Amino acid sequence: MKLTKTTALAAAISLTALTAQAGTLDDVQARGELNCVVTTGLAGFAAPDENGRWEGFDVDFCRAVAAAVLGDPEKVKFVPTTGKTRFTILNSGEGDILFRNTTETMSRDADLKLTFLPVNYYDGQGFLIRKDLGIDSAKDLDGASVCIQTGTTTELNLADFFRVNNISYEPVTIETNEEGIANYTANRCDVYTTDASGLASTRAALEDPSAHKILPEIISKEPLAGAVRQGDDQWADIGKWVVNAIISAEELGVTQANVAELAAAATNNPSINRMLGTEGNMGEMVGLDAQWAVRAITAIGNYGETFDRHIGPDTPIALERGLNAQWNNGGILYAAPIR
Amino acid sequence: MNGNIENYKPGEHPDLPPPKNLVGPVAWIRDNLLSSPTNVILTILSVWLLIEVIPPVVEWAFLDAIYTGEDRNECRARGDGACWAFISERFLLFTYGFYPEPERWRVNLSFILLIIAVIPVLYDRVPLRKPGLYFTALFPFIAAYLLVGGDFLGWNLPHVPTEKFGGFMLTLVVGITGIAFSLPLGILLALGRQSRLTIIRVFCVSFIEFIRGVPLITLLFVASTMLSYFLPPGTNFDLLLRVLIMVTLFASGYMAEVIRGGLQAIPKGQTEAADSMGLKYWQSMRLIVLPQALKISIPGIVNTFIGLYKDTTLVIVIGLLDPLGIGRASLSDTKWTGLSNEVYLFVAIFFFISCFAMSRYSLYLERKLETGHKR
Repeated sequence: MKLTKTTALAAAISLTALTAQAGTLDDVQARGELNCVVTTGLAGFAAPDENGRWEGFDVDFCRAVAAAVLGDPEKVKFVPTTGKTRFTILNSGEGDILFRNTTETMSRDADLKLTFLPVNYYDGQGFLIRKDLGIDSAKDLDGASVCIQTGTTTELNLADFFRVNNISYEPVTIETNEEGIANYTANRCDVYTTDASGLASTRAALEDPSAHKILPEIISKEPLAGAVRQGDDQWADIGKWVVNAIISAEELGVTQANVAELAAAATNNPSINRMLGTEGNMGEMVGLDAQWAVRAITAIGNYGETFDRHIGPDTPIALERGLNAQWNNGGILYAAPIR
Repeated sequence: MNGNIENYKPGEHPDLPPPKNLVGPVAWIRDNLLSSPTNVILTILSVWLLIEVIPPVVEWAFLDAIYTGEDRNECRARGDGACWAFISERFLLFTYGFYPEPERWRVNLSFILLIIAVIPVLYDRVPLRKPGLYFTALFPFIAAYLLVGGDFLGWNLPHVPTEKFGGFMLTLVVGITGIAFSLPLGILLALGRQSRLTIIRVFCVSFIEFIRGVPLITLLFVASTMLSYFLPPGTNFDLLLRVLIMVTLFASGYMAEVIRGGLQAIPKGQTEAADSMGLKYWQSMRLIVLPQALKISIPGIVNTFIGLYKDTTLVIVIGLLDPLGIGRASLSDTKWTGLSNEVYLFVAIFFFISCFAMSRYSLYLERKLETGHKR
């Protein structure tokens, strides 16, 4: 008797766990708010401004998804997380979708039960160092103390790099990027290592940027991508195609300014028509309406626009497009077609 | 000499001033700073340290500081002191977190009511103390309604979800709730631990030992993520409420042990005397034992309060931004990156004021309740 009760209880729990997994779209729409997992603060990618409004490149993608799903880019609840807590928060259901400058890896995909969205930023790990140390290559870093964020892929890459090159280092572990900058400027570590995008903004913020340099070695591939929980394919599709639409929009010349005009009536470019819903109804396939992409692009613009607004050459972070240019423009940004 | 001797009747000799070389600043310096070779060396070292430290800090924090400006570059261009422009631009964010702007009067009102509610508890010689204490008992509910809003008996304030709470306001909400509820809970647990009823004793002991054996950060993490695995889907158990419960339980575990220490210092004769006067258990506790035990425990209790208050910064692990979290997030604003000294100093000052006030009050209370047992 007791056994059956316990089994029933266990079954009920696993059932509820299952139902909690499926139907994220319904949950979000019923709630009227998208819970988006972001970082506690990374310059250009996600940070609150002086009015408490979250701004940044990752934040924009959250808003785009909210616009596509809920019709309002402001209906996002941002869930700030550290590197260690981000996946737990997503997997426990406290977050619906994650845009947190997170590297896509096999173990995260398979073992942590995530489904990754298309890459929205191609990054790589580099080293920031004071010029007066006279070091020109990462291979000369034998015995250096290195500031490194825990719980990140950069931590593992670092260990790999030093082992492969048979040199030693002394890790100074830190929790956030901000802490890393503070430790580096206070000379508690010789080198600060993180993704090159982060290093560029870090260097720009230093007292005298010209006294520091980024070493030429990029020691890893860091494809940064959004992610959702595994097991809800429809929801993963929505995330995937919103990102693809934002990237495609740039390729097709659709911008925040002209999207309303292009979506008003069918143009002579069928790719644009399919994306903006003037031809067929692509949104229906993922459980949305025909205007999903129009709303997403109206909210944040195309990939190039959001890039320039938050991390591009005219911002203090001053990142070049580099790998993140469109495929027909020297980069590797290559969004699958919407058809 | 002889001629100056005056004759006084026994007992009527006027008080004479102490010898000149025992009073005044010179004597004070000799007694307190230069009384032995070790002290001379220590004094010289301290003076040297102060001269080294204070002028640069004052120069950085006040004289060279920049108070207005648009961004970091402007600060840098105008001088190399502290860039307080950053803090002043973000002051509202630090105070209210993400609380919607048109509703912020509710936070202010709650804060004023808080002061009114706290005064009759802290001081016993204020006018209208009795009705004041009734108001104090009601205050948590009034404040909760004011801050969260919603529909209540015809009153209708716009609802503000608790994840919008942040900054100093969040620290005060979490800290004061924890402080207010952990003391009574801790007293109950401490009494329960000494209970003669096995069930109550075992429950209290295991609760206290569990709480003390687990770090707060783990409890918070469980509250934020694990609970949603166990609760039926669709139930939305407010995140801040979970945090408040966890923080209160955590502090009450420590509180119970502090109070148990006080209870054990009360001689058994006190309880026996109470028994012999026919007082019931709760009467003897309320009138005889607890007043003495709590008085002895004041330093420990305040210690726990201060610890709890500072532990509120841990809420960052579950995505709530207290002043420290707001500060860290603000540092990622591309306009201002790299101003960590200013932010940490600002937050430190806030915590210092709060904690120092608590510790001063506890000293005042100890002096007031002093009955001559102190050594």
